[in-house]
This record gives sequence, structure tokens and C-alpha cells, in this order.
Amino acid sequence: MDLSFFAAAVVAGTPLLYAILGELITEKSGQLNLGVEGMMLMGAVAGFKAALSSNSPYIALIAAMTAGAAGAIIYALLTVTLRANQVVAGLTLTIFGAGVASFAGQGLMGETLPSAMKIFFSDFKIPLIGDIPILGPVFFNQGILVYAGYILTIAAGLYVYRTQTGLNLRAVGENTAAADAAGINITLYKYVHVITGGILCGLSGAYLSLVYIPSWQENVTSGRGWIAVALVIFCKWNPYRVMVGAFLFGGLDIVGFRIQKYDYNISQYIIDLLPYVVTIIILIIVSIRKTHTGSAPASLGISYFREER
Amino acid sequence: MLRMTSRTDCTPREAALIRASAIILSLTAASVFIMLQGHNPFSVYLSMIDGAFGTGYRITETIRKAIPLVISSLGISLAFRLRFWNIGAEGQIMMGAFGATFFALNFGNLPAPVLLPLMGASSMICGGLWGAIPAYFRAKFKTNETIFTLMMNYIALKWLTYLQYGPWKDPGALGFPKIPGFPENAVLPSFFGLHIGWIIALILVAVMHVFVNHTKRGYEINVVGESENTGRYAGMNVRRVIVLTVFLSGALCGLAGMIEASGVNRTLSVEITRGVGYTAIITSWLSALRAPVIAVVCILFAAMIQGGTFIQMAFQIPQSAAQILQGMILFFVLGSEFFIRYRISLIKSAEGGIR
Repeated sequence: MDLSFFAAAVVAGTPLLYAILGELITEKSGQLNLGVEGMMLMGAVAGFKAALSSNSPYIALIAAMTAGAAGAIIYALLTVTLRANQVVAGLTLTIFGAGVASFAGQGLMGETLPSAMKIFFSDFKIPLIGDIPILGPVFFNQGILVYAGYILTIAAGLYVYRTQTGLNLRAVGENTAAADAAGINITLYKYVHVITGGILCGLSGAYLSLVYIPSWQENVTSGRGWIAVALVIFCKWNPYRVMVGAFLFGGLDIVGFRIQKYDYNISQYIIDLLPYVVTIIILIIVSIRKTHTGSAPASLGISYFREER
Repeated sequence: MLRMTSRTDCTPREAALIRASAIILSLTAASVFIMLQGHNPFSVYLSMIDGAFGTGYRITETIRKAIPLVISSLGISLAFRLRFWNIGAEGQIMMGAFGATFFALNFGNLPAPVLLPLMGASSMICGGLWGAIPAYFRAKFKTNETIFTLMMNYIALKWLTYLQYGPWKDPGALGFPKIPGFPENAVLPSFFGLHIGWIIALILVAVMHVFVNHTKRGYEINVVGESENTGRYAGMNVRRVIVLTVFLSGALCGLAGMIEASGVNRTLSVEITRGVGYTAIITSWLSALRAPVIAVVCILFAAMIQGGTFIQMAFQIPQSAAQILQGMILFFVLGSEFFIRYRISLIKSAEGGIR
């Protein structure tokens, strides 16, 4: 297989990268938000609509981030302030987001994006490092959002492991009561990180509808949000590993499409199963070899109420 | 200054009142949304009710839509009692429909009294296994069942797509990708103008109520759901309880798939579920996992879906509006549970907040 396959895997992996990062940041604060798919769909439709009406890529991205954040705020209100069951709240957000996307997406089918989008999101080579053999053409001849994804991943890693707020964040996710006793504003931390997660999921959706597809179709995400939730486990809640997970699955996502060229006698539908089957296999393997360092934040999914500690 | 305290004194009456006001609030919030679309919310709601219950035919249609919802909600509620987040109902319905269709297409010459039970059994086994696979791994390795069951949905969907476009494609359909219709023997008989699925659903509601509240197995499910360790300490085989219960949960969803394929569509297609598997998650949670309540809530939700198709024609409000409305209702009810578990009181003194 040629290098173009790997470059395409990076492109296909980028929506996953944003979504995984978003869910990872959310989960670090102890909140399990299963609404990733819903927030992605909301971001995808908001970004697409804004792109059509404003003709500005910046406004499109801001719209997508706002939509993702709006979904996250609903979730945070329910689970952080009102202590609702996180699993059910997240599921509802996914159902709600899918409804919103299909409602708002009416009549968008077949619309073509303005050329300003194509220009803004098109690939460009980074000077010097873009010329490195193999790595250059795969990683450094991409669109702006792919580069932003690299930077965000590294920034998230530095934030979580190298800053005071990052340390506080981990404390909130690991032992909420202790963090509370240490004077950390639990509610604030949870809200900020849930909303940050929502913003990233909105961007992920916008990447799908504006860059990856790029047109409107019902259910643009086709389960990528859920795969992202699974990949957070695969990445062991470590931001640096997000790139590995995202690009690996980006490759799986396109392998079926690529394999057609070689005329193997395998049905397309069976190859389409690959990402889902591999996700399951990874889930099983991770659960079998459960190590201490690779486990979830200890307070993940548990509502915190000061009186009940 | 506001102060929250937890409470345990909420009577069932108060709880019902709180939930009811949450539903009214959600409808009020949805009214704003409807008004933004340029419609009068009252006339929209009224015509939704009219569309769902206005004529005998519409009532039949509403109940027809409620049947798979009731049966899959019963299934999901069983798994949820275990705190096993089965969101794989969608896939379990599809696999159940697949299991039934296999017999309908290959053994269509069998007499109906033999063929229909065979289809039912096959659908329950297929749906059950689709649930039991994630359950096995959850029981043995604590594998995350939420994502596992969801991935199984996509696998089932791709499997049906493969069948519809490949081996099971109707050669008589002039290249159009559809699976052949069922022979007459494989179609559920009607009773009072509606396929007998409604009787099956009613029986299942009663059986489930008794099973969960008055049998040893049902008790085990409740105990393991509350605390696996308690179950283990009491000598229960926790793994077996989990796998069997989720098998049963999937089997019910599978049966719902068979009833849809045989009673309504008379064929199998990738659209067999119409999102029932996801809606059923909402309905079983709203019903607090109680079987009789599930029946009522599912009829209301079916009315919302049926009324939704009606207002689509009357007001050009798209069908997805009903989906948004469902989401909003659940948001409000989820939020309202807070007021069942906690009390908010006003503290007058300044130093009241910190102690």
C-alpha cells in the first residue's frame, strides 16, 4: 500500500481525534458523557448550515463549537447540578442530538458548500518538516484542522500532566471528595471540562460535514461518536495516545474503500464491519488486561453530593 | 443562600406529581420551539392527540406502533434492573427479525401453527444471543457493555444490509434490493383488526410484573442489580444471573423484531426497527422499569410518534420533531428526579452555608 493510504488514514482519523480528546477531557473530570454522537451531529449540522449561510469558515466552526457546547451544557446541568444518572443523560443527549440534526438538516441534502470552505480547509505542506521522507507526506501535507488536531492533542497532554489545573482536574476525577476538601471548585471544574469536551465534539462533527464528506447526509457520524467513547478506554485516558487510536481507526475506516481496488472477493458490507468488530475486540482485550495505570478515573460516572461522601 | 439536603421521605404520590410536572414543563418548553416554527402549540398538540386517537383506525395504528415498543422496553427494563446498560435493543430487534425471516423464507410450506412458533423461538434465540455475547464478557471481564452492545447494533445493521443486497435479495424485484415477502403461513393472524402481537404484549407485561416482583429469579436480578457483592455473598451465581437475564432481555427484543417482520412488514428490511430500540431506552427509564407503567408510557410514546406523522402532514412539521420532543421530555424528567431525592431549602443566616 502506498503512502496516500496513510495520509488518508490521518484524514479519516481526525474527526475521531477531536471526539476522543473531547470525551477524554470530559471523563478526566469524572463525568461519563455518552452524548458524543449527539454533540457531533449537532456540531455537524450547525457547522454546515452556518457555512452555507455565512460563507465564512470561521463562523461555521464557531457555530459547530457552540452547538457542541450547548449539548454539553444540557448534559452538565442534568448530571452535575441535578445529579441525574450520567449514562441515561448521555444517551438522551445522543437521541436528542440526532433529532436536532435531522430536523435542522432538512433540505440540506445535495447543497454544495461555498468554495471559501474548500480553500480554507485545503491541504498545504508545512515548510521543512513537510519534506521529511514518509512522515512529511503522511502527516505534514494536510488541512488546517488536522494540524490543529496535533496541536490540541499535545496541548491537552501538557495541560493534564504538567499544569496545576490539570492536576486539580485529575484529582476531581479520581477522588472528588478529597478534591473538594482541598478547596477545588468541583462544580466549576466539571462544567468547564464537560463544555470543553462538547466544543471538541462539535468540531469533530463539523470536520465530517465540512471537510471529510463534505456534504450533508442523514447520520453523518455513523457511530463514530461511540467508537470515540470506546477509544478513550483504548487510549487509557492518556491524551498523548489519542493520536495512535484515532489514526489507527482512521485507517480501519477507509481500508474497505481502498481494498475494492484490489478486487478481492470480500463483500463490501463485511469489510464495513471492521471498525465495529475491532472496537469490540479492543474493549475485550483492555478489560482482560486491566492494569492499574490504564484504568478509568476512579470517580467516573458517579454523581458527587457533598453530604453523601 | 440555598442549601441542598438529601431526602428519603418522598411519597410515591409526591414523586408522581414531580414527574408529571416535569412532563408538563417539557411540553411547555417544546411549545416555545413550536412557536419559533410559526405554529400555535395548542393546535399542534391537539392535532397530535387527534392524529393518535381521533378515529378507530388511528387508535389501531397507535397500538400497532406501541407493540414493539412495549415488548422491547420490557426487555430493556430487565437488563437495566441489573444496571446492565443494554443499548443494543436495536441490534437485538434486527437479529430477532433475521431469525424469524430465516424460517419464513426457507420453511414457508410448513403450516402456520408450526411455522409461527418456530419463527418466534428462532427470533428469541437470535436476539437473546446478540445480548448474551456482551453480557458474557461483562460478567467475566467487566467489559464495558454500553459500547459493546452499541457496536453490536452496527454489526446487525451491516449484516441485514448484506442480506438485503446480497444472498436474500428478491430475484423477482427487478434488481430492486429488497427481501421477498413472507408466505401467508408466516404472517401473524389478526384479532380485532390488529395482528395478535398486542395480545402477546399484554401477556408479557403481566408475566414480567409477576416475574420481577414475585419469583426467585426476579428477586436475584434485583439483588445483583443493587449490589453484585451482596448477590455473591448470598450465594447467587452472579455471572449466570447476568448472562441469563441479558439473554432474556435480548430475547424479548428479538421477539419484538419477529412481530414487526411478520405482523406488520411481512418481510425483512434494514428499516425494520424504525428506531424502536432507542426509543425503548427512554420509555423503560421513564417507567422506572415497572412493567405496568411501561405499557402506559409506551402507548403515550406511540401516540406521540403516530401524532407526529399526522402533524407532519397537517403542519409540515418534520417527523424528527417528535424525536426532539421525546428527548426533551426525558431531559426534564431526568432533571426532576433531583427533586425526588433532594430538598432545597432557603437558609437565612449568613454563616449558614459553611460549618
